[in-house]
Amino acid sequence: MSLHGSGTRPQDVTGTPAIPEANGIDQLPADLQDERLIATSGISGAVSAFTARLRSGDLGSVPVVVGLIIIWAVFQIANGSFLSSRNLVNLTLQTTSVGVIALGIVLVLLLGEIDLSVGSVSGLSAAVLGVTFVNKGWPLVLSLLVGVALGLVIGMFYGALYTRFGVPSFVITLAGLLGFLGLQLLVLGKEGSLNLPYDSALVGFATRSFLSPALAYALIAVVVALYVLTRLRTRTARATAGLSTAPTSMIAIKAAALALVLLIPVLILNGDRGVSSMFLLFLALVVATDLMVRRTRWGRSVVAVGGNVEAARRAGINVRMIYLSVFAACSTFAAVGGLLAAARLVAVNQSSGGADTNLNAIAAAVIGGTSLFGGRGSAYSALLGALVIMSISNGLALLSLDSSVRYMVTAGVLLIAVTIDSLSRRSRQAHGRA
Amino acid sequence: MTLPSATPAPPDVGAGTVLALQGISKRFGAVQALKNIELDVRAGEVLALVGDNGAGKSTLVKTIAGVYTADDGTMVFDGRAVRVGSPAEAQQLGIATVFQDLALCDNLDVVANLYLGRELRKGRVLDEVEMERQSWELLRQLSAKIPSVRIPVASLSGGQRQTVAIARSLLGRPKVVMLDEPTAALGVAQTAEVLNLVERLRERGLAVILISHNMADVMAVADRVAVLRLGRNNGVFVVSETRTQDIIAAITGATDNAVSERAARRSREEGPAS
Repeated sequence: MSLHGSGTRPQDVTGTPAIPEANGIDQLPADLQDERLIATSGISGAVSAFTARLRSGDLGSVPVVVGLIIIWAVFQIANGSFLSSRNLVNLTLQTTSVGVIALGIVLVLLLGEIDLSVGSVSGLSAAVLGVTFVNKGWPLVLSLLVGVALGLVIGMFYGALYTRFGVPSFVITLAGLLGFLGLQLLVLGKEGSLNLPYDSALVGFATRSFLSPALAYALIAVVVALYVLTRLRTRTARATAGLSTAPTSMIAIKAAALALVLLIPVLILNGDRGVSSMFLLFLALVVATDLMVRRTRWGRSVVAVGGNVEAARRAGINVRMIYLSVFAACSTFAAVGGLLAAARLVAVNQSSGGADTNLNAIAAAVIGGTSLFGGRGSAYSALLGALVIMSISNGLALLSLDSSVRYMVTAGVLLIAVTIDSLSRRSRQAHGRA
Repeated sequence: MTLPSATPAPPDVGAGTVLALQGISKRFGAVQALKNIELDVRAGEVLALVGDNGAGKSTLVKTIAGVYTADDGTMVFDGRAVRVGSPAEAQQLGIATVFQDLALCDNLDVVANLYLGRELRKGRVLDEVEMERQSWELLRQLSAKIPSVRIPVASLSGGQRQTVAIARSLLGRPKVVMLDEPTAALGVAQTAEVLNLVERLRERGLAVILISHNMADVMAVADRVAVLRLGRNNGVFVVSETRTQDIIAAITGATDNAVSERAARRSREEGPAS
């Protein structure tokens, strides 16, 4: 039905799908036929659509990327060795464990819930690893599996409490924060500190395993090729289905941008030890989680539950299962993060997973752009947010400033991030993008 | 003025009848919410369900939709007696309900909302292209005016949101669609859009049960009007043979109250209602 044309009544009640033949709307793809759409095409169209999205408050990861650039610039000016290859390799190593834990937080936040106990859970799994592997002499793989399984069980316990009794996740995980810290101290016993054998495979993986430059470049080539391939396949599928397609030039530009974003850091990292295997594991987990959230029925259900639980339930989604699986995934990520942290520090002690681990992970997810209000976020916010948090900590350490300053700066960045989240949420609602 | 020949239509479970209720009763504690309700709706027919607040419309809709189970009476669907124990069972039978709150996820786009809970997949991965194509096909069939299916539902107008909710109910290939107050809180143009949509559902051969407070809408699209009053049937009217004030009289339950007197006086002044 057409709204323009002088003689047409606003409400055409004849009911025929009256697509005007004269102006060739027939020729347009199915998704671009509505005359009210602000059609964008080509590269300039993509740019203007992007700026329109930003103006409406749909900021995505733009604030955190801008923030990261500012933070890096400030530290580089303050201390010329901040952006050196050597320090950036350290930064990737420091980022990994917090990032992995933050990945779980992203999932919980997508549901509009919270897990305050990730620090304690990571510390507990590290303690279990230390005691079973070092003291009891279990095989490394078994110790690791037990550590990870512990996280899984704890998460399922949270999920069961939440879905069966409706206890708010804030309270459940606050109890978990205390309870599992206590359990960690109990497991570690009197000594309270264990050193992992320096020559064990786990410690080697976390501290000494780096990709050879050739392998790193090959990986980049594979990733970019996969990206282009999937884009082209989607393009063909959309064309066959009669839908609009992205111009090939756009795909080429995006692929080139992706290649640059991957290539430049790798070039810099290869100036020192290179890309750490542990960091690569983290990146793989981020990509896998992102695909799970965006491309599977489970992920769609998670986002739907975060947006409107009642609607999700009525749509036939097993809401309990979604809560259970997300709490389980979060605690599992926390356990994995704890094991990686222990491996990197080559030790487990009473403060493993303590102090600021918890809040760093939660702050990382929020700073990265995942909304505290549920239903909105991305796995990549764990990566970006963890980079911000650890850059601050790393940069201040380089400047020989102690924890007092670090806490206050991190708090300031977190406040800014949450304020941006709240403001952009308001703006999105005003612009109909809630 | 006397009540016209508004005897409840006999429950004819004959040709074309998709859903028939026979003697449905429901009580909540001391309150008899529904008493001996008889109702039938045919394929390709819009049956309006009207009644004052507290008449039992919502209870009846929820009973049909499987949210409540009736204490007494039988429900005949497609020629056989059925028992609907849950909303999911009702949907499987082919009874789709669009409740007033629509139950859409504002943060998801139109395609995601349409296919929520029954996403099409290629292997383990969502088949976005096919879902988008079929979404357009469905919306086109309904002549629905949605500018883009890739924008969050939050950015749609009330009428468009209603359209999405109705379109979603059609994906399960239902035979009966119940619409609870679909035009409440909609503007003039949007109301017309939704009424067009209701007519399109009828053209598709669906049985439509339309719950509405708005007599103008009811008279505009419904074929028959079933009136509930205080939990009981209070007449089934064929719209083409009935005047609005007769229905209002049946809703209010009296012929000598302010509403029907006023309506009668006006119709005398203006001539017979069209």
